[in-house]
Amino acid sequence: MTYLADVAALTRKDLRVELRGRDTLPAMLLFVLSALVVFHFALPEGSGDTAAYGLLWVAIVFTALLGLARAWVPEQEHGVLDGLVLAPCDRSAIWLAKALATLAFLVAAQAVALPAFVLFFEPLDATALAGVLLADIGICAVGSLMSAMAAASRAREVLLPLLVLPLAIPLVIGGVGASVSDEGGRFLLFLALYDGVFAVLSWASFEYVVTE
Amino acid sequence: MIRARDLERRYGRRRVFTGVDVVVPRGGFGVVTGPNGSGKTTLLRLFAGLAQPTRGALMVDTDRSRIGYVAHEPLVYRELTAVENLDLFGRLYHVPERRERIGMLLERFSLWEARNERVSTYSRGMTQRLALCRALLHDPDLLVLDEPYSALDENGASLLDRELESLAGDRTFVIATHDPGRLDRLATTTVVLA
Repeated sequence: MTYLADVAALTRKDLRVELRGRDTLPAMLLFVLSALVVFHFALPEGSGDTAAYGLLWVAIVFTALLGLARAWVPEQEHGVLDGLVLAPCDRSAIWLAKALATLAFLVAAQAVALPAFVLFFEPLDATALAGVLLADIGICAVGSLMSAMAAASRAREVLLPLLVLPLAIPLVIGGVGASVSDEGGRFLLFLALYDGVFAVLSWASFEYVVTE
Repeated sequence: MIRARDLERRYGRRRVFTGVDVVVPRGGFGVVTGPNGSGKTTLLRLFAGLAQPTRGALMVDTDRSRIGYVAHEPLVYRELTAVENLDLFGRLYHVPERRERIGMLLERFSLWEARNERVSTYSRGMTQRLALCRALLHDPDLLVLDEPYSALDENGASLLDRELESLAGDRTFVIATHDPGRLDRLATTTVVLA
């Protein structure tokens, strides 16, 4: 219960900091909507739904990257991460709270972006939506860890995509597969498996990322 | 208690310090001094458990939950108020009677009036006083303070003098400072880094 209370306190803090600063969510919203508008005019007539779903996933991955790039900025200002690391809570709670807050921002951005996608391109069925949600969880789990690693480096803006994008490829494959394949359920299973494995790995390794 | 023998810390090929021996007994008052770049901050980070020595033996006989740390940076969120920051750390440290303790510290460090303002609106001196509140919040046994007088005006510095005097003896202190004369009366151990 203490662990969950720590996670709740840290997540609430992340959401409050974003509500006050409005640094991340507006940028994510603006980017994903702009990308979909550009794709709408760039995609030739009769390109088919596969191309449209592919572009949706490009927009989703880069919107997530935008959120992840700013995920640890509040901790970098004033060196707060040292304060959190010194606190007697389980350090994985810091990662879990950050992943949950980033997931909340990504879902909020998609609450606007997905209706826009339906308006511009194709309808999304329940399997495609489930694919998006599962991929979001995977991106935020892995991305929050990688973002913490990149934040410790001076070249974090360069390092973050290098770390996250290779790990996001299976998520994109699973997400597009869930959207266009007749066997969407298998892709959802693959995404759920990815989420489980990488969430456990990230949870277990976060302590080594933030301590020497 | 802190016992360090032949301590060395390197960052890559750059050696920050070497051959540092320190003993600060329980309830002792250690003062670390030296010129800029001599490794005071690095040494304090080792004592706080935020870094590891590259050579030598270091024993800090205090659980991490019982350490209070003031760094160069205040370690508080700019977008949160003083109360919200202290409430967050109070929850993470499981401070009993958290609200009362937060109110008492904010009063003591003259931040009560500004308790609901965001830290981003604070002066450097106010932020430093908040950092001291955060470090004292969980009533730690070991206080590791890196240049705690920096940014404090004369009133703030006098306030800190009184706090240190009232807490010395009950708790173990390690303080890095450019002005060791200010702490002469309290110091039981002095480390001079070259």
